[in-house]
Amino acid sequence: MELEAAKMIGAGLAAIALAGAGVGIGIIFGNYLSGAMRNPSAAKEQFPNLLLGFALAEATGLFGLVVALIILFAF
Amino acid sequence: MSSNPMHQFEVYRIGPEINLGMVNLSFTNASLFMAISAFALIFLLFLGTNKKLLIPSKMQLITEMSYSFVAKMINDTAGAAAKPFFPFIFTLFMFVLFCNMVGMLPYSFTVTSHIIVTFVLAAVVFIGVTILGFVKHGIKYLELFVPKGVPAVLLPLIIIIEIISYLSRPVSLAVRLFANMMAGHTMLKVFGGFVISLGLLGGWLPLGFSVALTGLEILVAFLQAYVFAILTCIYLNDALNLHH
Repeated sequence: MELEAAKMIGAGLAAIALAGAGVGIGIIFGNYLSGAMRNPSAAKEQFPNLLLGFALAEATGLFGLVVALIILFAF
Repeated sequence: MSSNPMHQFEVYRIGPEINLGMVNLSFTNASLFMAISAFALIFLLFLGTNKKLLIPSKMQLITEMSYSFVAKMINDTAGAAAKPFFPFIFTLFMFVLFCNMVGMLPYSFTVTSHIIVTFVLAAVVFIGVTILGFVKHGIKYLELFVPKGVPAVLLPLIIIIEIISYLSRPVSLAVRLFANMMAGHTMLKVFGGFVISLGLLGGWLPLGFSVALTGLEILVAFLQAYVFAILTCIYLNDALNLHH
């Protein structure tokens, strides 16, 4: 296979990491909402934790993007 | 005009070329926007604390809010022991926030979308926290790698995992900020390109999307600065209050 084509395929495969990030973000917001529905008075205190969890989960997906960029541009 | 979405991250030299030995110290657009962010920050804080009124003006209100926001964040995550590090974390948070926000302006350059900038910030945090931990606890700081209540059989494995996770802290801290900013700005440019290529008839849909994405990016710009600062607080907490 040509190197250029292999690079494209590899970069595309690296984007699969976003699936995990999507699942993670969904779980975080879903669980936050169900928790907030059960106990609305405690919801506000946990909002910073929600944002922290969201950012941490999103970052793992973006590591996949970094891998894709390294494949495309660094080699 | 280049339509490459990566073109916006190009660093080029402004003004004369300055070489110090082997190191190229020329003034670039990255340094220009870093200086703009820093001076905007200093200007805002100076304006906010210029006249100290009992009933604050709008500028003073912004300054006081950012102060109490960071103070509360440090108090909640690292406790009262981290109070002396307030200036450092405040500076870090505000600098990253301003770099991100200045990058959201059209035709500007996002300083934090370059990994060298974020990695230096993360390395300062990592090295500082490690030195602090050893100064405060001595050799007992290595107990950080030994979690409590772990069976002795698992300990060798756990210690290796803990050491790897400790050493990967600066990398993950740097890559998180860098990747978020870069991915966001690339996405904005890609959608901007769709507006042009679809023309007057079909371009309205990506244009609307672009506006929504800009809103999301402003949220992300704030969120990433917040996450950077709060993770610094968490690392600081590990170093100050061992095993709590």
